[in-house]
Amino acid sequence: MSAPIIWILIPFAAGVLILFLLKERISSLAGGVISVLLSLTALIFPIDQALLLGSISIKISSSIQILGRGFALNTADGPLLAIIYGLAALWFFGTQASGTANRFVSLGLMIVALLTASIAVEPFLFAALLIDVAAMLVIPLLVPLHQRPGPGIIRFLIHQTLAMPFILFSGWMLAGVEASPGDIGSTIQAGTMLSLGFAFLLAIFPLYSWIPMLTEEASPYATGFLLWALPTFTVIFLLSFLDRYTWLRTSPQLSGAIQFAGAIMVASAGFFASQQKHIGRMMGFASIAETGLLVLAAGLKSSEIVNVTFLLLTPRGLELAVWALAISIIKRKAYSLRFSEVRGLVRNCPMAAASIVAAHLSMAGFPLLAGFPSRAALWQELAGQSLAISLWVFIGMLGLLIGAIRTLAVFVMAEEGKTWGLNETWVQRIMLGVGVIGLFILGIFPQILQPFIAGLPALFNHLSQ
Amino acid sequence: MLINVVSWGAVGLILATSTVILVSRDWRVALGGLAVQYIAAFWLVTRHLPFVMGSAKLITGWMVVAALGMTRLSPSTVEEEKEETFLSSGRWFRITLIAIVALVALGATPRIEAGIPGLGLQVIAGGLLLIGAGVIHLSVTSDILRVTLGLLTMLTGFEIIYAAVESSILVTGLLSVTNLGLGIAGSYLLIAGSIPLETGEEDVL
Repeated sequence: MSAPIIWILIPFAAGVLILFLLKERISSLAGGVISVLLSLTALIFPIDQALLLGSISIKISSSIQILGRGFALNTADGPLLAIIYGLAALWFFGTQASGTANRFVSLGLMIVALLTASIAVEPFLFAALLIDVAAMLVIPLLVPLHQRPGPGIIRFLIHQTLAMPFILFSGWMLAGVEASPGDIGSTIQAGTMLSLGFAFLLAIFPLYSWIPMLTEEASPYATGFLLWALPTFTVIFLLSFLDRYTWLRTSPQLSGAIQFAGAIMVASAGFFASQQKHIGRMMGFASIAETGLLVLAAGLKSSEIVNVTFLLLTPRGLELAVWALAISIIKRKAYSLRFSEVRGLVRNCPMAAASIVAAHLSMAGFPLLAGFPSRAALWQELAGQSLAISLWVFIGMLGLLIGAIRTLAVFVMAEEGKTWGLNETWVQRIMLGVGVIGLFILGIFPQILQPFIAGLPALFNHLSQ
Repeated sequence: MLINVVSWGAVGLILATSTVILVSRDWRVALGGLAVQYIAAFWLVTRHLPFVMGSAKLITGWMVVAALGMTRLSPSTVEEEKEETFLSSGRWFRITLIAIVALVALGATPRIEAGIPGLGLQVIAGGLLLIGAGVIHLSVTSDILRVTLGLLTMLTGFEIIYAAVESSILVTGLLSVTNLGLGIAGSYLLIAGSIPLETGEEDVL
């Protein structure tokens, strides 16, 4: 059996089967178990290497051909697949606690499979098409049939669709630039096209307006999943571009532009987060700031670019999962996520409120939480390159911290005499508890991620040199 | 020679259908325009791709038109027709915008042909017209059907030009899936909100 069949076709087929055959309760468990199995398989069985189990030799081949093009997952992809499906399992196990429909698990599996295909497809340029198709599959997740679509979902659809032509064209132009590197005109055109494509895909300032809209109008859990999945694979796609084209990697102007875009994203999102009065929108702006950090990491002029990027990517999945789950629980109790409606909520839903604050503080880079080690590593690299950008990142993080403190203040602002009650269900308590403990473990013992991250630079040979 | 004449005819048809889609108040006319537009796009695509691959694009386009049309005809969305305010004014503004797009396309086509020889003037002109018309469409409306039409128009223009530089079957297939996905997503968003919550799926733990 080949790796693309195991990590692309099987989860996609499982998603289709779950959609049509399983009920909600079972689908959450089924999706989670399938993802855990895929994650463990990626950890245990090295791709393209024979593994002897007694007298049986097992070898997972690395590639298959579909419609004349190859889909390949190599040995170095193993840890990445383990991280991706491990985090996906977390999201799928959480669906029951969040009260989202069984469509989440089935569509989620299909989306993760398509996005995995985007890192496997050769030439890697065609990933833009697969990411676009995955973005379209997200739409039924975000808008249930009984809910009118808001402007955020329409903007999301437009932005994701506009990104694909820009990236495909730029890829074609980059091949020409490679052939004649002295042609400044073509270089500028290709660079502009590529920048626009990724600006739409990654929702770079000012194209991120759909994110806070979506966090306000759509299911928080589905939106959280979207905000984890799409940027994660898009950043890997961006790293593939940088790794493949020498002039992109070595251009100081492009590196500066990427860092500038990232700094603006972090600073503006942090500022807006500090002004929000809606905990859903707050999560949206925090995720924008986090994407800004990823963009900054991608613009580093250092051999640590891959390590720092994946150090940022891994806790992001956990932070957003905990945050989105807690908001989903609160939304079912409070109906609105405005500050006026969630005031004093810590006495009704203490675990959900505490989880939101913990996830928020982690995203703000608070010490002892999962986000801290990655931010410290990024800051260390940034400080050596540009103190101005480090300052802007600090301002952004400060904005997020102010937002977290304001949220905490609203949660504890209960009327006097209001009794305490643990209104979360057992499943919700377990999921939130595991998530928050995970945030602390990743913050206190970041070396846990080392076995996963250590081999990832092999995915991007040129960037790691 | 005859092929060139027909190709310029296809470009003319693209200009006409883009204008109709943008200006028409009736969704039936707009979808009809889109269906005709796919025929013109099919002709231009087959300048560089084999007939079968071009046919796949044409059939996909028509399937999208059918999906959107059937959704719009459904009882749940017919009620909304009365409320439609799209293009109650500004018809001449939109015609002016299309004229500007046509002029820009006309000016840019020879330059692009000089930069990337072999694409063909008609292919570039047709592609640019559709991309421009699609972007204009997206900028003047937030109506779901119209946004879907704008995105499909823009994508068709891109496909015409991209077919000249990339002839991979996988890309053609994935672009068809993207078009189909866009049509289905548009249809889904059109009916979303019109179906009452029956099972309480969001409330069941």
